[in-house]
Amino acid sequence: MNHVYGWLLLLPAAVFLLAFTHYPTVATLMQSFFSESTALRPSVFVGLENYELLAEDEIFWKVLNNNLWYAAGTIPTSIAIAILMAIWVNRRLPGRGLVRMAYFTPTILPMIAVANIWLFFYTPEIGLFDQIGAVFGMPSQNWLGDPDLVLGSLIVMTIWKEAGFFMIFYLAALQSLPPELEEAAHLEGAGRWYFFWRVTFPLLMPTTLFVMINAVINSFKMVDHLFILTKGGPDNASSLLLYYIFEVAFSFFDESYAATLTVVLLVLLAVIAVGQFVLMDKRIHYR
Amino acid sequence: MSVIELVNVSKSWGGAVAVDDATFTVEDGSFLVLLGPSGCGKSTTLRMIAGLESVSAGTIRIAGNDVTHLPASKRRISMVFQSYALFPHLDTAENIIFGLRVRKVAAAERRERLNKVADTVGLGGLLDRKPSQLSGGQRQRVALARAIIAETGICLMDEPLSNLDAKLRHDMRVEIRGLQQRLGMTVIYVTHDQAEAMSMADKVILLRDGRIEQEGTPEDLYDHPATTFSASFIGTPPMNLFDLADGAGGAVISETGSGPVLDGPGQGFQLGIRPEHIRITAGAGIAARLLATDYLGADTIVSARIGGQSLLIRMPGRFHIGDDPNVNLRWPSEAVHVFDGQTGNRVNGRRAVDHAA
Ligand SMILES: Nc1ncnc2c1ncn2[C@@H]1O[C@H](COP(=O)(O)OP(=O)(O)O)[C@@H](O)[C@H]1O
Ligand SMILES: [Mg+2]
Repeated sequence: MNHVYGWLLLLPAAVFLLAFTHYPTVATLMQSFFSESTALRPSVFVGLENYELLAEDEIFWKVLNNNLWYAAGTIPTSIAIAILMAIWVNRRLPGRGLVRMAYFTPTILPMIAVANIWLFFYTPEIGLFDQIGAVFGMPSQNWLGDPDLVLGSLIVMTIWKEAGFFMIFYLAALQSLPPELEEAAHLEGAGRWYFFWRVTFPLLMPTTLFVMINAVINSFKMVDHLFILTKGGPDNASSLLLYYIFEVAFSFFDESYAATLTVVLLVLLAVIAVGQFVLMDKRIHYR
Repeated sequence: MSVIELVNVSKSWGGAVAVDDATFTVEDGSFLVLLGPSGCGKSTTLRMIAGLESVSAGTIRIAGNDVTHLPASKRRISMVFQSYALFPHLDTAENIIFGLRVRKVAAAERRERLNKVADTVGLGGLLDRKPSQLSGGQRQRVALARAIIAETGICLMDEPLSNLDAKLRHDMRVEIRGLQQRLGMTVIYVTHDQAEAMSMADKVILLRDGRIEQEGTPEDLYDHPATTFSASFIGTPPMNLFDLADGAGGAVISETGSGPVLDGPGQGFQLGIRPEHIRITAGAGIAARLLATDYLGADTIVSARIGGQSLLIRMPGRFHIGDDPNVNLRWPSEAVHVFDGQTGNRVNGRRAVDHAA
């Protein structure tokens, strides 16, 4: 009787999860094995044909490569900055609340708004960066129009957006560390730097793992800014996996191929998340 | 020779004064206890000596050197925290040798010192455990080991036993005192527990609202309390204090019809007498009424009244109040303490009336 009751309580949540998460996932997987239906030809089972197509798709490889660089460029830097900012605002400093808020502001802005702000920063000639550059005699740059610069420009903006968000997690973790630990370490002769690497950083590892998984997922999930800033251009130099999926599905209307790309993205994310857990779990101290 | 010297040291936060003009010295190899009720500035004093808290005014010297503005990491002092402050991700061995690694002591020497210290505090089989896998008493030992492996000679302890249960607290008390004597350490020990202070200290400094109330050996504090505050802080139960009034043959306990207890005037004075010095007698004495008993095993604490003033009496063994609760009390004249009723300060040279005579 008791577990019937338990299952009944679980039912509403389970229904929504099945309908909106698990079913679409399975449906996407199925669709990736079928051809796209057209007015003339209905959808038929094609096995791995879509995946063969994908393996030969140059744009896919380019976009995947972009995404890996984008992740590598944003994640370690934004985590490092987040830790630095958290340690800084965890100190007793005047106007601490204001500084914390200032660091956190980018997080509460929608990505679309952020992109609009940065569009102004990056505009050639009249943008903020070019104007500052001009003061020091630097030539004007087409930050978003130059294939060599565009991904870097997106990375910088993303770090600006993400670091404050991650800082909040580190700040919470730092505040749960008893201050006597630092005092004890100082009495043993340890300096700030030594204490950070020997005590603070290891004790922050659970937070780092959490933040890392979030950061990885985010780096594959964030596309909003591309709509405003670059539309993936020039020549796909700034296109990311999810944006490419969007284009395939809603500009080229090839839903089967979009489903195939989606499956690849899901597998990629799952492998990364599981890998992080397995790799790091042994070395993390959970309190 | 004194290794630690505080000269007119004060500490205030904004307007709030936590430590007010403290001056004292700690002798080399001695055990000093800072005693006082919660919030009286014990921890603040200790933390200023450690360098964890800045000094508002005054000078601190260690081994003759002015360290008032020296950072904690340069003072070569070890400390045991109330919360133990063990590093949760490091095992027992790494916690203990934390400071040796910081100071780049060679691996062979580290191992040797670790083994010696682990034996000393009895942590032999537990070196690879994390703090979360240790009991409270074992964590306490790790904290102690970390403090003594540094061989700094000076160790500060801030209520190190207050998180332990009563039995363990007693054992550790004996053990810490033994360690201190064996290793010749200079210890400054903070506690609010007067029994701890009495049993461990070479010298006790009693603090009250940031000021030093009395300084002396445990015997001094017990036998010659300088103020009514000292008198009522030391001893369980504490000293009985009575207001006195002028009477016919000398000072009498006010609001009673009993005979004189002290030669001379009584108004404006207080009389102090410890519960263990009062005897219940069939003969002459001060009339009292027994109210209740509290049996503790080795002795019984009897609460009573003399007129309107209540007091406690410690009787050896088991004690029952008889059919007639009205009894006479007496005490030896040398057990009597006299205090000024206004200032609370001790008054010497008054002669007590001996009821036995
Ligand atoms: N960081 C601080 N800021 C302001 N006041 C403090 C601080 N630390 C202690 N105090 C105050 O100083 C007084 C003495 O504190 P403390 O030395 O911790 O007392 P004890 O250890 O004897 O219980 C208390 O009134 C306490 O409120
Ligand atoms: Mg304290």
